[in-house]
This record gives sequence, structure tokens and C-alpha cells, in this order.
Amino acid sequence: MTDERALRGRVAIVGVAESDLGEVGPGVTALDLAEQASGRALDDAGLTIADVDAVFSHSAFYAMPTVTLAERLGVRPRYTDSTAIGGSSFLAHLRHAAAAIDAGLCEVALIAYGSNQRSAAGGLVPSAQNHIPSYETPFGARLPVSAYALAAARHMHQFGTTREHLAEVAVAARRWAQLNPAAFEQSDLTIDDVLGSRMVSSPLTVRDCCLVTDGGGAVVVTSADRARDLPRPPVFYLGGAEAHWHTSISQMDDLTMTAASETGARAFDLAGLRPTDVDVVELYDAFTINTLLFLEDLGFCAKGEAGDFVTGGAIAPGGRLPVNTNGGGLSYCHPGMYGIFTLIESTRQLRGEAGDRQVSDVHVALAHGNGGMLSSQVTVLLGDDSTL
Amino acid sequence: MSDDLPGSPATAPDGLTAPHAVYEACLERGVLAFQACARCSAAIFPPRGRCSQCGADALTWRASAGRATVYSTTVLTPRDRAAHAVVLVNLDEGYRMMSRIDDSEVAIDERVTVEIAQVDGRALPLFVRNGGDR
Repeated sequence: MTDERALRGRVAIVGVAESDLGEVGPGVTALDLAEQASGRALDDAGLTIADVDAVFSHSAFYAMPTVTLAERLGVRPRYTDSTAIGGSSFLAHLRHAAAAIDAGLCEVALIAYGSNQRSAAGGLVPSAQNHIPSYETPFGARLPVSAYALAAARHMHQFGTTREHLAEVAVAARRWAQLNPAAFEQSDLTIDDVLGSRMVSSPLTVRDCCLVTDGGGAVVVTSADRARDLPRPPVFYLGGAEAHWHTSISQMDDLTMTAASETGARAFDLAGLRPTDVDVVELYDAFTINTLLFLEDLGFCAKGEAGDFVTGGAIAPGGRLPVNTNGGGLSYCHPGMYGIFTLIESTRQLRGEAGDRQVSDVHVALAHGNGGMLSSQVTVLLGDDSTL
Repeated sequence: MSDDLPGSPATAPDGLTAPHAVYEACLERGVLAFQACARCSAAIFPPRGRCSQCGADALTWRASAGRATVYSTTVLTPRDRAAHAVVLVNLDEGYRMMSRIDDSEVAIDERVTVEIAQVDGRALPLFVRNGGDR
């Protein structure tokens, strides 16, 4: 294969599942949750561990994540990939799985994740301890939130974005969460509630920051041919792109422009689609500023205009663009690395099984993952059989 | 060696070659050091082995004048100490770093100056406001 466009429609997601979410309590491990999600996703796909010949995972809780998970599940993979680029890892895993399946290196890929950070630590459990010097941690930043706060402050300075604009994102997420029984936060939330909540790292309050929950997820991928023989409607991979331009926030050239500007353009080009073709958008909303940056960088609105774009409930239920229809990392679930949940919700929306939050007439979904300090960006476009 | 590189010449303390060790040793001597590429003239920070702009094995140590413009700022109010700003500053020599300003009123675009301070037994490049100048 010499042109990545040839991957379009060649593989499909055939099974998805969450583990138990929220606060699972003492005694349940991160590996238990990854196992639970994997089993449920295989059940959803009508497959068993005997079918799985490729494992993809990343974890903040155990080393060599695929090796650890495969032993637990009883899988002996012939393809294994623990790509670790933070919360976007699982979207990168999907692109890697697509290429590997199409090349004949494997046939059924399991992408899985689990975290019990809420029960175990009560806060974010970072993926690894660095044993190299940091040019940021000595200055009293609270990372990662301060990194995103610096981006938000710069966006406000440069484009006139306001704290009310950021609050719109949190309120929209909450309104979607109220339609999702699995969402952790269900209570009413207003713009004033967000503005009046505790400041963590200005201009971001605690309500501009994602939840700290437990949770796991899994996605099963196979060739389009095999997918058509399985029970669930196939959700086809139409295109995907990965990029990272920096790891430390101080080394991000322009705090208002992420590598999603590259991944979005490449993914749309590969899929032969434009932003106006997308019916649901699932973005990695670890902080409210993420949603604004990604709406701009992925081409849903012009640079600097996302604040106005989201105003008046425009990305909430009934708005002009359905964004983060599960309630997102802000109100549904955020176990530390949220990316896999963008794939799960995209799949459910494309299958038409999202219950009260189901968007009508969904044929194309965009899932976007973020990792680190606005560092790694991965965009994936998915579609139903009408898009082939 | 070109003299039109950013900053002024700096010498690595005797016997030190590892990039971070040189940087730290310079700070302890009161010098905010960075690197410049003798091939492409780029200012490079944090310290490393080769130029990350052009790839050349041609980095040379330079001293910064420590004058900068605030690129972004976020204020934190820890329970156990006074509010402080964590800032990203653009040094006049053409590189960016994170630092701290113990004055939460500091604003984007303000001019600031380095003040190397001993914090928990090590030299740290903090910054101070230039009286609110822009």
C-alpha cells in the first residue's frame, strides 16, 4: 500500500464497552476494569478471547500494559502495541490496528484501558515518573491544569474569549450527561455556577476541569469483510491522523494552536470528508479550553471564534452541533486517559443505540484524542455503511 | 564562531559537558544560560546535545540578559503560601521558558526581568515585574 487513503473502509469497530464507571470502591484494580471492559466488548462483538490476535493498551497503573493485560485475559497475541502518548493513545492504537489488520499482521484487535484512580488515589495518577530534569515543575505550576490554564489565558488575551465562553462548554457537557445514565455528574449546572466555583489555576475553576473517576473501556476491531459477518452494525474506519509537536507546555510554539490543526486536516483528507459532513463530534475535554481549541483546530469554526461558536447552548442537546454527547470528561467519566471513550460514544451514536442522547441521522462521527499538555493529538473519522 | 549569535558568550564550568549540568552550574554562578546554534543561529532551550532547529552538532553556551516579555500567566493560590503567578516568558534572545512571579497582578505582554534566587537549596530563575511596563 503506498497511499494511506486505501485504508478507508478496510477495517471496522465491531464491539465496544465500558467497565463499571465512577467510583468502583476499594479492592477493584485498574487491571480488573480493563479486563471487565475487554470481556464486555468481546461479548458485544460476538467474539471470544480465542479470536483476539492483537492487543493494544496503555496504563498509568502497570508496566508493559499489553503484556500484563494479555496474560490476565488469556490472550497470546501475534501483534502487540503499548504506544504511550497519554490520553490520545487509544485513538492512535486504532490507526495502528487498522494498518496492521490491512497488512495481514493480525485479524482481530482488542484496544483496552482501565483505571481506578478515584478509588485508589483521589486524583490524577500520571503515567510515569520522569527520571530526567524538568524545566517546569520547580516553579509551582499545578500540572496538568496550569498548562491548560496558560493556553486559556492566552486565548482570552488574543481573541477576547471569556470565562463565560469556557463555562458554556461545561454547561453543555452537563446537559448531555443528564441524558446519559452512565454519567457521573447529573446535577444541574449553570454558567454562574461555573463562574462562581473554586479557582484552581486562573482562569480555570474546578468546573472547567474534568472529573476524577474510575473507569475502563474497550474497542474490538477487525477487517471490514469479517465485520459484516458479526452481529453488530460495523462502524467503519474512514481515516485517522496522529501528531505531536511538544511535550512541555513551555515548548508549545503557539498556545492557541494545537497539533489538531494538522491531524484534523489530514484525517478529513484521508476520509474524503469536510467538517460539515460530521454528525457528532467527540472531543477530549479534559478542560473547557480543549473543546474551544479543538473546534477551531479541526475546522468547525475559524481560529479565535470558538467562544462565539459555543454560545447559547450551541453544542448542547438541541444545539447546532452535537459535541461530547456522552457528557465528556467534564461530566461523564474521566479516569485519567479519556481517549477510548470518544471511540465508544462515536460507535454508539453511529449504531443508533445511544438512548435518550441519540442524535438523529448520524452517519459520520469524529473522535479526537489529546494527551499530555495539549501535546499529542489524534483524530479519527468513523462512519456507517452509507459512507463507503 | 560567529559573534552575531543571540546573547553573550558563556563558558561551561570546568569539566562539565552534560547539558543540564552546565545549565545548573551556570545558574549557581548567577548566569541564566541557554544555547545557540553556530550553524543556524537559533536560540535553544531547554539544554540539549544538538540543535533542534537544524540538527547540527554546533550548540554553544550563551548568557541571557534575563529580559523578557510575558507570553501567558496563570495564578495559583496554594493553601500553604501566598498567591503566585506561573508564567511563560519570551526571552529577548528568542527562546521561551516557564518561571514564577511572586506577584499575581502580572499581565500578558508585560516586561519582566530574571532574578536568580535560592529556593530549597538550589538556584532558580524567577522573574520580577518591571513596574508594569509594556
